[in-house]
Amino acid sequence: MAVYDMKPTKSAPVNSKGAWHWVRENLFSSPLNILLTFLGVGLLYLIIPPFLQWAYFDATFIGSTREDCAVNGGACWVFINYKLDMFMYGFYPEGERWRLNLGLGLFVLLLLALRYLKSTLMKFAFFNLFLVAAAILTIGGTLGLEMVPTDRWGGLMLTIVVAATGIIVAFPIGVFLALGRASDLPIIRSICVTYIEFIRGVPLITILFMSSIILPLFFPEGITFDKLLRALIGIAMFEAAYIAENIRGGLQAIPKGQYEAADAIGLSYWQKMGLVILPQALKVAIPNLVGVSIALFQDTTLVLIIGLFDLLGMVRLSAADSYWLGFETEGYVFVTFIFWFFCYSMSRFSQRLEKRFNTNLQ
Amino acid sequence: MEENNIIEIKNLNKWYGDFHVLKEINLTVKKGEIIVVCGPSGSGKSTLIRCINRLEEFQEGSIVVDNIELTHDIKKIKAVREEVAMVFQHFNLFPHLSILDNLTLSPMWVKKMARKDAEALAMKYLTRVNIAEQAHKYPNQLSGGQQQRVAIARSLCKNPKIMLFDEPTSALDPEMVAEVLDVMIELAKEGRTMVCVTHEMGFAKKVADRIIFMDNGQIVEENIPDKFFKNPESDRLKLFLEQILSH
Repeated sequence: MAVYDMKPTKSAPVNSKGAWHWVRENLFSSPLNILLTFLGVGLLYLIIPPFLQWAYFDATFIGSTREDCAVNGGACWVFINYKLDMFMYGFYPEGERWRLNLGLGLFVLLLLALRYLKSTLMKFAFFNLFLVAAAILTIGGTLGLEMVPTDRWGGLMLTIVVAATGIIVAFPIGVFLALGRASDLPIIRSICVTYIEFIRGVPLITILFMSSIILPLFFPEGITFDKLLRALIGIAMFEAAYIAENIRGGLQAIPKGQYEAADAIGLSYWQKMGLVILPQALKVAIPNLVGVSIALFQDTTLVLIIGLFDLLGMVRLSAADSYWLGFETEGYVFVTFIFWFFCYSMSRFSQRLEKRFNTNLQ
Repeated sequence: MEENNIIEIKNLNKWYGDFHVLKEINLTVKKGEIIVVCGPSGSGKSTLIRCINRLEEFQEGSIVVDNIELTHDIKKIKAVREEVAMVFQHFNLFPHLSILDNLTLSPMWVKKMARKDAEALAMKYLTRVNIAEQAHKYPNQLSGGQQQRVAIARSLCKNPKIMLFDEPTSALDPEMVAEVLDVMIELAKEGRTMVCVTHEMGFAKKVADRIIFMDNGQIVEENIPDKFFKNPESDRLKLFLEQILSH
């Protein structure tokens, strides 16, 4: 009988050759690479120092009038500071702004709850509780809170309301549209396909115009309903079509065997979809769904054209203030930073979700 | 339906488009019988057993399972699926659920069992297939043989009257075939009705009450294992046996 000894396992050779080696390998490995390295560094040199000079070294941070900015010649952050409340809350009454801050606080609590609660049911309950609380705080009219009409809403607060409502309302509709499009029932399927393809063929701006100008024509005279609400309905309908398409992509990635196994163990259609297929399909669709959310967050700026002042609208309005004329640049840099912050957070969040739901462990 | 029969298939015909995949199939399975279905690939054997739990529809003939005739009626399909479990070639475990959750899904949602009871049931069957210690892992962390044993445990959780096996060892690495076959042999001893599509002739010899040979969408020959291997009647079966047993 052949006998063999186990050979000892050796650890892999150390693979670090120092920083200089890395630089030579990656930045100066060929003439073209050297050229590109210098071009890249040159480009950065042209952009970054002047920007820092303007935005930081020559900038004015403290003060309350435009005269304070005249000395340094750089960015006038006094303008942002002075108008910050308006950028954040719009025309929301000053005495009521604590309600929005409280809502933000509740949101942080919600994030903690979602992170540390174990039971999915509890998470869902907390999420819905938060939505109700946030709606009551923002709109008011009950529990002794003064009603704040939507034409007083604006700034970042409006941006968040539009984006969040859009996504939260559109998501379930999108799920049903996607299931309908993948359904065996011909009438359901054709309704869903028609809806999705129609909406995807129309720009958001058109839908906003339609919901704010054309929709009221169909209502009897005297009946008006809120401009913001009309815009929200339009946006949710628009987003639902895109969400549906992304979920459909996820559905198509699920092998037929999963459907068969779910059928074979006796699950009903809704159990099969809800417990087996959708959890997997949504996981596949996370990157695209977050993509849609990011796009929507940026598209909220379009509500400007129907007379709603979101963050960008507020900044434009403030820059047109005759006392603060000439500070658009500061305003736009500020808006850029806020939008970048939110979108980048969403993107990071998406990566965390993907990791969390990854059960494809080897 | 006769008292002792649990599956009765009469004059079954099925087409995929124009392709006639099952031709005039007649087959009766008695309670507790163990049937092995074999035949060359494309002979319709998988399609046949997939008709029994209605994963496939058929156009002509009738299938009666445990006194329930399969029609388009969704209630009857559901009733049949409660009695019939299936083990697939590619296991088809749910990758987003732990092993334990894979098993408790049907008891909890179809039989409306409490989670605690469902988990106890699941652990019982996981122990029976010798894999209880993996209960909290995910399917992709297990080997193929382990996954297939989990799949068998999952189908046992319904306490089905009939178990269908659709080439349960064909997708496995060779050294893992035995562990799955051992579990199947154990099951066969318990007296549950089993219909197995498989090429494992050793398994067929050991446990089958009857072996059915299919070719070209029809049943060519059926016999008890002894005669099936020693005295094949048709030339087609002789050729098939030569091909699979020659090495």
